Amino acid sequence: MCALDWLTLSPQEWTAIRLSLKVSVVAMVVSLPFGILVALALARGKFWGKSVLNGVVHLPLILPPVVTGFLLLVAFGRRGVAGSFLYEYFGIVLSFRWTGAALACGVMGFPLMVRSIRLSIEAVDRGIEEAAATLGAGPTWVFATITLPLILPGVIAGMILSFAKAMGEFGATITFVSNIPGETQTLSAAIYSFTQVPGGDAGAMRLTLVAIVISMAALLASEFLAHLVGKKVDPQ
Amino acid sequence: MTLLVEVKHALGAFRLDAAFASDGGVTALFGRSGSGKSSLVRIIAGLTRPDQGQVKFDGQLLVDSKAGIFVPAHKRRFGCVFQNARLFPHLNVRQNLVYGRWFAPKAARSDNFDRVIALLGIEALLERSPAKLSGGERQRVAIGRALLSSPRLLLMDEPLAALDDARKAEIIPYLERLRHETNIPIIYVSHSVAEVARLADRVVLLRDGHVEAVGTPSEVLRGSPLSSVAERREAGSVLTGTFAGIDPAHGLATIRLSGSEIVVPNAEVTVGKTVRLHIPARDVMVATQRPEGLSALNILEGRVADISVGIDGMANVGIDCSGDLVLARITALSVERLSLVLGKPVFAVIKTVALESR
Repeated sequence: MCALDWLTLSPQEWTAIRLSLKVSVVAMVVSLPFGILVALALARGKFWGKSVLNGVVHLPLILPPVVTGFLLLVAFGRRGVAGSFLYEYFGIVLSFRWTGAALACGVMGFPLMVRSIRLSIEAVDRGIEEAAATLGAGPTWVFATITLPLILPGVIAGMILSFAKAMGEFGATITFVSNIPGETQTLSAAIYSFTQVPGGDAGAMRLTLVAIVISMAALLASEFLAHLVGKKVDPQ
Repeated sequence: MTLLVEVKHALGAFRLDAAFASDGGVTALFGRSGSGKSSLVRIIAGLTRPDQGQVKFDGQLLVDSKAGIFVPAHKRRFGCVFQNARLFPHLNVRQNLVYGRWFAPKAARSDNFDRVIALLGIEALLERSPAKLSGGERQRVAIGRALLSSPRLLLMDEPLAALDDARKAEIIPYLERLRHETNIPIIYVSHSVAEVARLADRVVLLRDGHVEAVGTPSEVLRGSPLSSVAERREAGSVLTGTFAGIDPAHGLATIRLSGSEIVVPNAEVTVGKTVRLHIPARDVMVATQRPEGLSALNILEGRVADISVGIDGMANVGIDCSGDLVLARITALSVERLSLVLGKPVFAVIKTVALESR
């Protein structure tokens, strides 16, 4: 027996870590196209109800996470409007599944993602897009070849924020999909469970260290990506 | 080619109500800032949809408000050069230049990359990033980018206005070559008399959103249609001639006009090349006797052909120097003192230094 034995992770803890990473990555990737679309609509669109959309997008930032989780449960539970629709037509079940955890994390990170992308869209010089149009590029091409590369730093920042929020998300997830080991027990939920049982401190500490390592890695990766992209977009 | 424009457009309190036609060559839209030149060129480019009117190019309707027709910018194939080059910051110069080639129809795609970069002198810049270019270089790349998209028409919206005089002098020769060596029609927006005089075949003078006058540069720039004081100060005559000789030792060249010769600075020219000369009227002096002991190199003999006295106490005197009409801007007092009348033999005195190309 070695003195560092208490650092060895149990299979159950590994499961929580893997689940957390899976949930966060899925939440980030799936919400990205929606995030870009909503950011475009808010930055460029002129339509009725724009401020309503803006408010709805920002709600998860302001509401207590438990409220967001409860609203998700009402809407996406088996008997909820959206939940029964998804089950009947696509056979998708969200409540008490890891997919539901991903939805909760995605919703909680959405305002952060949209905000970051929206700011970078607003910073794009429309004149440059006009120049591309006069060279024959239609709106889709202008977006793909000009706008998207120019907002890439903002998109990356938005993705990292969404991922970080998902890693740390607790309240909405536990309300919506509960805390089922192996299915919906994410890193945060596992730490919480450890603190609820006598002698669980060592486990909580192990997972806390893992959480710190993952967060630092994500932060460094984003800095590195932003540096790479920034070099290309603004070579000064 | 023919371009017909007849549009009405309101921008806040400003009303644009302009109509003109162009049939090839370089058409200058000329006027003060706020006269509607840029709005008009944006409408032609398809970047602004006018409230009312028609834009027609070679028989194709691009805009017709009554029929609800509006062809968007990317389907018009009109190359644009803007005041600030608007290069794509995330692409290098070569990628910027070939951007438009992707979208040009295969049939129209001419293989002229090398010719265009040679014409604009940008061979050395190809691998650089736009951020590392000077203002003049950027503008040359922007012109190249527009040319390489195989445009049917080239729209240039004050391409030199954001540059200092040295950079302007760097680019104007390229624009002159462009005019000579390609047959793409150009709409050139400018508020500078000197640029318009050197480049335009036709001038459309705009004021407060209306077309005030249309004609050749020598007709429009002679002065009478120019009403503001600033424009009048810049009024002058535009003469066409050929380079007859150079004097490399003194850095001078001689231009033969219809009936007289004139010496200008600049030894880097080809003899025999046709050139257009803009003589600002305020740089021309009038003498009733041939002056002696004078530093000015150009003393042209002629007769008074026209006198118009303005309300500001200044007079524009047209002098017919054996076929070339030279305009002089002098005070009404001088007109009286020299007792200038139509037909009186006089001498037009022009300093060579005043003809320095800017």
